[in-house]
Amino acid sequence: MTETLHNPKPRLTATPGWQLTKYALYALVLCVVLLLLLGFITEKFNVGATSTSAVNFEDNTITLSLTSEPPQMDSTRATDMVSGMLLGHIMEGLIRYGPENEILPGVAESWEMGDLSGTFHLRQDAYWSNGTPVTAHDFVFSWQTALNPATASQYAFVLYPIKNGKAINVGEASVDSLGAKAIDDYTLSIELEQPTPYFIKLLAFFTYLPINKEFYESREGNYGTNAEDMIYNGPFLMSRWVHDKDVRLERNERYWNNSQTNLDAIEFGYITPDPNTALNLFATGKIVLAGLNAENIERALTERWRIETHSDGSVFYLGFNHRAERPTSNLNLRKAIQQVCDPEELVFKVLKTPGNLPGESIFPVWLRGVEGYFRDEFPAPDHKRDVASAHDYMNRALDELGLDEPPSLVFLTGDSAFSSKHAEYYQSMLKEKLGIEIKIDKQIFKQRLAKMTSGEYDIVAAGWGPDYDDVLTFGDLFTSWNANNRGLYKNEELDHQVEIAQQSSDPRTRMEAMDRVQHILYEDAAIIFEYERGSVYVFDDRVKGVTRRSVGTDPDYTQAYINPEVDN
Amino acid sequence: MPRYIAMRLLQGIFTVWFIATATFGVMHSIPGDPLESDKAISQEIRENLEAKYGLDKRKITQYGIFLLNMVRGDFGWSFEHENRRVNDIIAEQFPVSATLGVLAIVFAGLGGILWGALTALYRNKWPDVVIIILVILGISVPSFVFATVGQLGIVTLNKTLGIDIPVAGWGTVWHMLIPALVLGLGTMAFLTRLMRTSMLEIVNADYIRTARSKGVPIAQIFARHQLRNAILPVLTVLGPSIAGITTGGFVVENVFGIPGLGKYFVTAVQQSDYGVIMGTTVFYGAFLVLMVIIVDLLYAVVDPRVRLNK
Repeated sequence: MTETLHNPKPRLTATPGWQLTKYALYALVLCVVLLLLLGFITEKFNVGATSTSAVNFEDNTITLSLTSEPPQMDSTRATDMVSGMLLGHIMEGLIRYGPENEILPGVAESWEMGDLSGTFHLRQDAYWSNGTPVTAHDFVFSWQTALNPATASQYAFVLYPIKNGKAINVGEASVDSLGAKAIDDYTLSIELEQPTPYFIKLLAFFTYLPINKEFYESREGNYGTNAEDMIYNGPFLMSRWVHDKDVRLERNERYWNNSQTNLDAIEFGYITPDPNTALNLFATGKIVLAGLNAENIERALTERWRIETHSDGSVFYLGFNHRAERPTSNLNLRKAIQQVCDPEELVFKVLKTPGNLPGESIFPVWLRGVEGYFRDEFPAPDHKRDVASAHDYMNRALDELGLDEPPSLVFLTGDSAFSSKHAEYYQSMLKEKLGIEIKIDKQIFKQRLAKMTSGEYDIVAAGWGPDYDDVLTFGDLFTSWNANNRGLYKNEELDHQVEIAQQSSDPRTRMEAMDRVQHILYEDAAIIFEYERGSVYVFDDRVKGVTRRSVGTDPDYTQAYINPEVDN
Repeated sequence: MPRYIAMRLLQGIFTVWFIATATFGVMHSIPGDPLESDKAISQEIRENLEAKYGLDKRKITQYGIFLLNMVRGDFGWSFEHENRRVNDIIAEQFPVSATLGVLAIVFAGLGGILWGALTALYRNKWPDVVIIILVILGISVPSFVFATVGQLGIVTLNKTLGIDIPVAGWGTVWHMLIPALVLGLGTMAFLTRLMRTSMLEIVNADYIRTARSKGVPIAQIFARHQLRNAILPVLTVLGPSIAGITTGGFVVENVFGIPGLGKYFVTAVQQSDYGVIMGTTVFYGAFLVLMVIIVDLLYAVVDPRVRLNK
């Protein structure tokens, strides 16, 4: 009787267990309905399809992934590799690099370049993707914008070789005074501040790309933010950019050399920094290329995928802190450390991934010299691990420093697993060979840079990637005026040699000066050469014609094509 | 009731202001400089940048400007994504995180309640033991392990069954399922334990004994008296969990290549991106406060004893 009162709706099952099962079923139904509903909404709002396969024969399209969302596509302000790579596909400067890094005509059809000035003749069939012609004014406008202090471009310094470039950037001259003038729509004259022998190579750098003034101003500060906030003059145009999700490039029909473009579209369908994700995407046939690291290279080997290596152009070294209050300002201490270091041991026993080269010089092997490769013409300093001489240096250092035992040193490095492994190798090696105690200081990127700038370290794991294809991109790194010389190394002879290379137009004089630089850095143990980084990757060999570069647009898919003869 | 809500909202605004001020203070006092980059910038270029972002002004002025803009709902520009507004980043990226988060929280909430009820029902019998072991795993194993294993699972599944479930990306229902499960797993494990404890506390409550002695069927006691009461503590933590999950799937977003907001929380701090740090933190704070208020209001629905107008 009471029970019916309490339970007017007798729809309960017999036991709690069954009751719970019933609830679980409800929950499951609810989840499925919710999943379908959210799926439906997402698909409804999803812009563009997430690509289905790495190589699509019908659409003549390949799919790739990006390691990060491009921060922006405004060439006057871009600084990172991903933006640079994309800009290399969708824009074109006065010149472009060929497959062998030879200089090819871009928007400029021909040019005359003297020591202090040059004239560039622009092709008349170069058009922006909206149909307006690409003119000399577009270059002048872009360079003026990058140098304008209000733009606050971090890479404005790349334009400093142009007359008044620096003065404009520091606000001492008006942008109109720039030494780059449009004589007419198709003639651009450039005056230089001082002789800059490598200026022509700089023109391929993204800060030198043109921007159409009218269009730029019509976007009211949004130029480069979205795909529709840009117009394009490169082989491809950006047809879609969903932030953090994907970027799609399509053939630019208005490109003057469109007949040489093979692919109809390049889909960057995924954005993820995780190399394992990229490899899983490669494994399931979703992307054409995936970078490998020490952890996942084993898997690529067991799966028998074709593994390729390529020098990514950068050089890694241990930087010393040369500030007087630091023990590493002592030459003999640095020499002692230098003498026990063995780049070959590091590369083959610690780093282990293929593609890296033991470091012998600040100049990587791929740099051009007078006629051939710089390092063939000017061999790097001879180095062999020599523990006995290291101890001699150490004893002298202890005397000079007034110490009884080797000092303990702070080793500043990054926060990745690789950084730890690398730092621990030096920690145990220097302890064993010289009795130096190493304190490892792991810091996230910006804080590491801040500590380098303020000098809170003795040794730092550092590296440098090239900005342009000339020895000076590495050669001027340790001059007293370079802001990247965060260890405050100072050597008058080195400064002098760099000045020679900056001003001389004779290749041999310049290269000889740079040869001195690599020897000074070694003799002074200013830094310790570690390795030249190689990247290892797996690649779908149905795609051909992709150029890997150490400097410039990398990877370069502008000439890529799908091989019609497939064997798998 | 309206008065109560107004009071809570007012408190909420104060909380958000406090979060904003504390974050602003901490952000400016930790080492790391938003203008540092691997290619060092010269003094001249640094001055240009400082002028652009207003970093050349005094801290207190910067704070004032920030507060004023915040009231207007404008968080300014990102330092890293130089011409994207922080508002745009939140507006574009948050819906994705929210979609994934809603799914994850429903998985976690329903799963936690059901598994918790199950363990309490079969206390010290094998289902209890098995589930509790899984719960301990779920709580202690970091999410990147689950994410990586989940992804490898998809790869293997695709290979063996010849199907095509996407391993990463966004756009369809298949892109959501595994990431949402992975994202919700930790919370589900935590809620399971909470639910179990809560159920077992109630087993010996007076009203359960009364119901039993009246002869109410056990299924009814379980469903009406025990389960409903035990859910209350779970609801309490659900509020903060919703905010946490919907905004913070950093690992899951990175591994599965999902265009969400979670990665901005982490990378912004690493990059000292002042604009994004402040924008995401204040947004997150406001969202959290709102969720807690909503859950408190829900209390009144679930528990008639709670009278909100008091």
